[in-house]
Amino acid sequence: MTLFTLLFLLSSCLLVYCINIEDNVGQFFSSGHTNNWAVLVCTSRFWFNYRHVANTLSVYRSVKRLGIPDSHIVLMLADDMACNHRNPKPATVFSHKNMELNVYGDDVEVDYRGYEVTVENFLRVLTGRLPPSTPRSKRLLSDDRSNILIYLTGHGGNGFLKFQDSEEISNVELADAFEQMWQKRRYNELLFIIDTCQGASMYERFYSPNLMALASSQVGEDSLSHQPDVGIGVHLMDRYTFYLLEFLEDIHPASKTCMNDLFKVCPKSQCVSTPGHRTDLFLRDPGSVLVTDFFGSVRKVEITMDSINLTSVVSHRKEEPAANGELQKEVYSYSDQLPVSEIIHQ
Amino acid sequence: MGRWSHSQLSMDEGHVTHGGTVTLSNALCSHSQTEMATTEVERRRGQLAALSIAAVVIIVGVPLWWRTTETYRAWLPVSQIKEFATLQLLLSVDVEVVFSRGTVSPEQQKKVPMTQTQDEEHRVDENTALKYRYEIRYRTATIMEEDALKQPTASDADLSLHALSENPCGSLVVYVIPESSSLLSEDVDVYIGQKRTAILRLGAQMRVGRTLEQLLAHLEPRIKKILHMMSFSHTDITAALSDRVRLAPGNRENIVDSMRAFKSSPGYEITFSLLNPDPKSHRLHWDIESAVETYVQPLLTKLAPIANFSIDSQTLYYAMLGVNPRFDISRSSYTLNAESLAHVINPVEARLGSNAASSNPVLNFLLYVPDALHSPLHILDRKKQAVHSNAFHSPRWGGIMVYNVNDVYGPEAVLPVDININMAKVMGVFLAQLRLLLGVQSSSPPPGFVVASCSSTGLADWELDRLMWSRSVENVATATTTITSLAQLLDQIGNIVINDNIAEQVSSAVTSLQLAVAELEAGNLGFALQYSKEAILASERAFFDPSLLHLLYFPDDQKFAIYIPLFLPMCVPILLSLIKIASDARQKRREKQAKKD
Repeated sequence: MTLFTLLFLLSSCLLVYCINIEDNVGQFFSSGHTNNWAVLVCTSRFWFNYRHVANTLSVYRSVKRLGIPDSHIVLMLADDMACNHRNPKPATVFSHKNMELNVYGDDVEVDYRGYEVTVENFLRVLTGRLPPSTPRSKRLLSDDRSNILIYLTGHGGNGFLKFQDSEEISNVELADAFEQMWQKRRYNELLFIIDTCQGASMYERFYSPNLMALASSQVGEDSLSHQPDVGIGVHLMDRYTFYLLEFLEDIHPASKTCMNDLFKVCPKSQCVSTPGHRTDLFLRDPGSVLVTDFFGSVRKVEITMDSINLTSVVSHRKEEPAANGELQKEVYSYSDQLPVSEIIHQ
Repeated sequence: MGRWSHSQLSMDEGHVTHGGTVTLSNALCSHSQTEMATTEVERRRGQLAALSIAAVVIIVGVPLWWRTTETYRAWLPVSQIKEFATLQLLLSVDVEVVFSRGTVSPEQQKKVPMTQTQDEEHRVDENTALKYRYEIRYRTATIMEEDALKQPTASDADLSLHALSENPCGSLVVYVIPESSSLLSEDVDVYIGQKRTAILRLGAQMRVGRTLEQLLAHLEPRIKKILHMMSFSHTDITAALSDRVRLAPGNRENIVDSMRAFKSSPGYEITFSLLNPDPKSHRLHWDIESAVETYVQPLLTKLAPIANFSIDSQTLYYAMLGVNPRFDISRSSYTLNAESLAHVINPVEARLGSNAASSNPVLNFLLYVPDALHSPLHILDRKKQAVHSNAFHSPRWGGIMVYNVNDVYGPEAVLPVDININMAKVMGVFLAQLRLLLGVQSSSPPPGFVVASCSSTGLADWELDRLMWSRSVENVATATTTITSLAQLLDQIGNIVINDNIAEQVSSAVTSLQLAVAELEAGNLGFALQYSKEAILASERAFFDPSLLHLLYFPDDQKFAIYIPLFLPMCVPILLSLIKIASDARQKRREKQAKKD
């Protein structure tokens, strides 16, 4: 009897303690990150690889919708689809047949386009070894509290990924790049998604902590594309990314879906290939990791409790009165965008 | 036999025939002998040729190939870098304890001028060890200090004590006042001033007949507590070492603190933004330039030893919050509760922009004036109470304050209304947020402690000292990990070219690190911080040099694939001829052995 009451008291104490912790610190230790970054790379060019660009742009759209701003996304695309001579609908990239969804839109911010998408630039972005003249939008300025999502798509093989038909990146190089990032604490947790043939071979060699990897197919299998569109004439999406996007459509910034559901996306019946994942290097249990920890950007927030009492008076800059006693006002004007007058009077 | 008879038969023809046959056979013999002699010479010549070609290849060719395919690797101070793999930091603090009249008896006063050194050792993990050294100097107060301590309130006493002497950064002065003194109120034992002084009142038990040792033993824990508050505590330093030591999630509050403050960086960008979602109703005027000059700049000037700051400001029109506030009838105002605050920042952030030229971390401070339809807007905390400052902040990002203007104008006012924003109130909140984001801890003081309210700059000297301690340790820790991992990387991949400038940066980083550690040991906080900043700059520049990309890394099997088509056709004949020479020599030796037998 006394034991029972003791147990009851103990459990109620623990419950109250847990609730108090939740009240005080909130979401802080569910993930330990304060900002989110995304590196989305499409490694193919040419018209018949339309689907890879559509893959990447669809993931870009989802990630933006869930809250990651453009300043925190590094998008590398060959970007030769929308204005391609063979595109029957110029300035669009569709991800669904019947041209339902234009993922190109008018606010795509591509950071590395065309021939800038190389293995060297990709590794430079990851490790941070960029020339000093590189602008901020082309850098991955993550710190030790950043969760990074890396999405790669294109043509791949057993242990390598082809970049723009001229070079390839091997899984050893990728694993070494992640280790370099870990040494410099450039990430808190990293989610690596790859949608290529034999994609699982790319994450075989990882050895740094806090990495989670997803691939669309195992070694020896090919990842297949989803559906061709007769109007455009090419395949529009890959299967794995198509079902991944269907899954992400149900996610909104406040949703509590966890990564275990993400692993179940696109089973063999839908995907024909077998998607794989790797979580042994990840320190937390995947069942407690939210999808929005990587795909969205849910900020941690604290209420500001105190404020400083400032008593000194603001010293306004005295404006010198002009000779005629009126205040001199600065007149602003726009600079000449186009020398229109010169063009007209030519 | 036949030959002789033939020659005898033809003896009458002459001896010529006989001689001819002999010479013919002789000629035959010598011909085969010369044949043998020439083949012997040929063979020897062949052997000599093969041997000389092999000699040229080995003696000249191989070293030439080695030198021409060598990668240039400048010398790095590897042994010194290895020393930094195990870091042993000694932090030393100078404390002066001043006894005022009434705390020590006259005989004790003669013994008082003395110095004590206390050491505390901590082992953080197998590679990092910390040692704290407190050098405590005891002395009695001077006449001027006694006069200063006679002031009516503690804050006045504090001010007049400052006027007397200037303490170098990193040091502390504790004034001990008797229990009967009325300087501090009843329940207060310690008053912590704005600069580097504290006033400590003796406890009740120290009133009657105690020895100096008892007095010192009584004071020691209290002085330790003051030190933990005004200089550094073990938790602060271990949090600063987070780059080297991955802490297990032990104390949750410390994790929150470490997640909130920005990591040490040589510079920061501060952006003040005014969000006006309703320009049709409100025409907002904020004198941001003067406000920054009056309120913010003094704080940033005081923080100059820690980092450079650059400030800019902007106004954004038609920028809405991403969340719809709910109307609360009981308060007759719109409210935002704590859970929805997390989703406010993202839609705004996309429009904020940043300075493209620098890679420094950005602190954003947003002032949001709600539109006329949703005024007034209050923020509720988790207990559903309205927050007094009406502001919230996000770790490592910045802060947002909601400024209600509905009480400035009545319903009959002509829109748009001109509104002047009270910058003192706004900057008060922003400065508090800035302090939190930069790592100035605002943990509640222990019981019995009273902390002086912030000075006009918003930062007390001892808070700056705390920041300097943790920043120096953080910089030293980060620089050591950077240097050691760089050395490891360069060691592992033998093909990377190490240019002279990288070697120079590494050497200067190592020198600065050694100086920083030495200055920390000596207790010169200002110099330690400066050297640690130089060390971190040099090590980051070396680590992130664009030339260190290991795309030059060729795995060994690819190296073989390149060299075999070049060298194999050349080496095979040489090898075969050498083998032939060796086997011939062996055969000859065997024949000689057989002949001997």
